[in-house]
Amino acid sequence: MDFNNNIPIYIQVIDDIKMNIIKGNLSLGTKLPSGRDLALQYKINPNTASRIYKELEMDEICFTKRGLGTYVTEDKNKLLEMKADMSKQLIEDFIMGMKNLGFIKEEVIGILEKKY
Amino acid sequence: MLECKNVVKKYIAKTAVNGISLEIDSGRIYALLGPNGSGKTTLMKMVAGLIKPTNGSITYQGLPIGVESKAAIAYMPTETFFYNYMTVRDVGRYYKDFFPDFNEKRYEDLVQRMDLNMKDKAKSLSSGLAAKLKIAATLARDAELYMLDEPLNGIDIITRENIITTILESAKENKTIVISSHLVDELEKIIDHAIFIKNGSLELIGDAEDLRETKGKSIVEIYKEIYA
Repeated sequence: MDFNNNIPIYIQVIDDIKMNIIKGNLSLGTKLPSGRDLALQYKINPNTASRIYKELEMDEICFTKRGLGTYVTEDKNKLLEMKADMSKQLIEDFIMGMKNLGFIKEEVIGILEKKY
Repeated sequence: MLECKNVVKKYIAKTAVNGISLEIDSGRIYALLGPNGSGKTTLMKMVAGLIKPTNGSITYQGLPIGVESKAAIAYMPTETFFYNYMTVRDVGRYYKDFFPDFNEKRYEDLVQRMDLNMKDKAKSLSSGLAAKLKIAATLARDAELYMLDEPLNGIDIITRENIITTILESAKENKTIVISSHLVDELEKIIDHAIFIKNGSLELIGDAEDLRETKGKSIVEIYKEIYA
């Protein structure tokens, strides 16, 4: 994975994991790699990897079975919620970008209809 | 775990380290950053016990640098430290004689992973392979603190990645790693903490993610800001 070094690494990996869950590359209830393996997989610091799992757990995207490891949530609603959050972010960025370029709503809708 | 208090190292003509105070905690990966001549190697050599500070104190687990600390700290110098006649296997034996914590099995694994061959002669190794050999020998010690001085210097990009992965694999919970480099880019993702040294003084020390978050900049950008 290519990182943007201006943004904290843990945020980027969290987004990547969320994306993989949304896309179905990581299905609900799947066991995730251990912290150390996650670090090796993304070539990141092991302490950053544990922080990633801590944050994902706090957001209830993952949960830990004591002694067994970390798993993707089994809650389908959580997945939909994540999808909604991420799409909201994308749309807001897009609208902001188009506004900055001087497009008005009707023009944007026109472009979308042509391109989508 | 390691504490430097107002450490100074003066040579006749210049002051290499000019009053550095810092603490290194267990289980973390640190980057010791700064351009050539900023004092990184001098500081590492003092921690390794190879040279003595002119002033100030360095303690490891509460004790001054000495026999105990040397047994727990594995230092990899920038220079090559093996003789030309040695094979890769000989380097392992040589290390084993010096360090009781040297793990032969681990050395074999590392040698293999680094695409080295036990029968290779040290003198016939390319600079990249020689650098890998130094790292294999150093990481094969079961030390608490590893200090790697410029492990990525003059090494091609594929080999660098190979070395970084090996370092990450060695970074077990109770192991602490300090990597000095002026190649900040390569270390960006793997470090917890960054230590910036400028003209022998501590310029900045901090958690890498916190620095990125508070400054909105990469460690590379911060490096440029400090040294440009």
